[in-house]
Amino acid sequence: METKIDSMELVYAKPETLTDTPMHYCPGCGHGVAHKILMEVIDEMGITENTIGVAPVGCSVFAYMYMNVDMQEAAHGRASAAATGIKRVLPDKFVFSYQGDGDLAAIGTAETIHTVNRGENILMVFINNGIYGMTGGQMAPTSLAGMKTSTSPYGRDCATMGTPIKMTELIANLPGAYYVTRQSVHTPAAVRKLKKAIKASFEAQKQKKGTCFIEIVSNCPSGWKMTPLESNDWMEKNMFPYYTPGDIKVPQEMK
Amino acid sequence: MITGTVIIATEICKGCELCIASCPQNSLALSSSINRKGYRYAELVLDNCTGCINCALVCPDSAITVYRQAKPAKRASSPSLSAQTA
Repeated sequence: METKIDSMELVYAKPETLTDTPMHYCPGCGHGVAHKILMEVIDEMGITENTIGVAPVGCSVFAYMYMNVDMQEAAHGRASAAATGIKRVLPDKFVFSYQGDGDLAAIGTAETIHTVNRGENILMVFINNGIYGMTGGQMAPTSLAGMKTSTSPYGRDCATMGTPIKMTELIANLPGAYYVTRQSVHTPAAVRKLKKAIKASFEAQKQKKGTCFIEIVSNCPSGWKMTPLESNDWMEKNMFPYYTPGDIKVPQEMK
Repeated sequence: MITGTVIIATEICKGCELCIASCPQNSLALSSSINRKGYRYAELVLDNCTGCINCALVCPDSAITVYRQAKPAKRASSPSLSAQTA
């Protein structure tokens, strides 16, 4: 379709802090939006040169190829521990860790809980899609009750496999946690809310307030064996009743 | 009516259709041809785009750039202001 853009003004473009490398994520994956919004906030705050990210193991293991800030790859589950070290050596830098549910809520549970308990002054971004997406859709600690995965083909049986772990609620009980929220990226409104939450977290980090923790409930079209649109519908119907989006711990001064 | 338009990087688009579902004007649709990766890509099929940026916000691959017609300058206030200063 031919349109005249000469007379128009640019209202939205890809953030400069996101590289031009085409992303390896499956079509419709929430990781892409989460990366974009994180980089957009860093761009708008003008802290590209002063931000250090820690990439996890999982689908987002190549996050350092897309985020044009200083990045460090961490061992599986240890992103928050690596971020702790970076923040302590360089306390004036903005530090964030970006982890999935298999990373943060399974192998990295100890690191996650103790990082927040110490109130390390970092932002932790937690992508929860209820599955190990990268390795072929195995059951994760966050998989819903009755959810069929490649290692629970008859559905997750809570009697033998335990109930899905609500990491964000767990974290919110710790005194070191400053701002704890659960967001999603499936609609434009949700994306705008997430952007506000990330911005608030970086502002809090500037004032050295404590750990900010943002859970992003996301989809996994390939792991759930659905189209992107179906997976977003499924997420709204099944994930949201258990992992309800909204602020879980908001400090008085941010209300 | 404010008009806008989108430019879609068709070689980056993976045809996930999230932008199509989020468009309040139903201006977007999947193409009939495929890109180099083998995906059908999103394209603008109607000229009723308002430049609301919804499609660009939900695009996981950041393939969408949005342009919007500049808001016309307010006619009532600006000439009188310039007359006063002159």
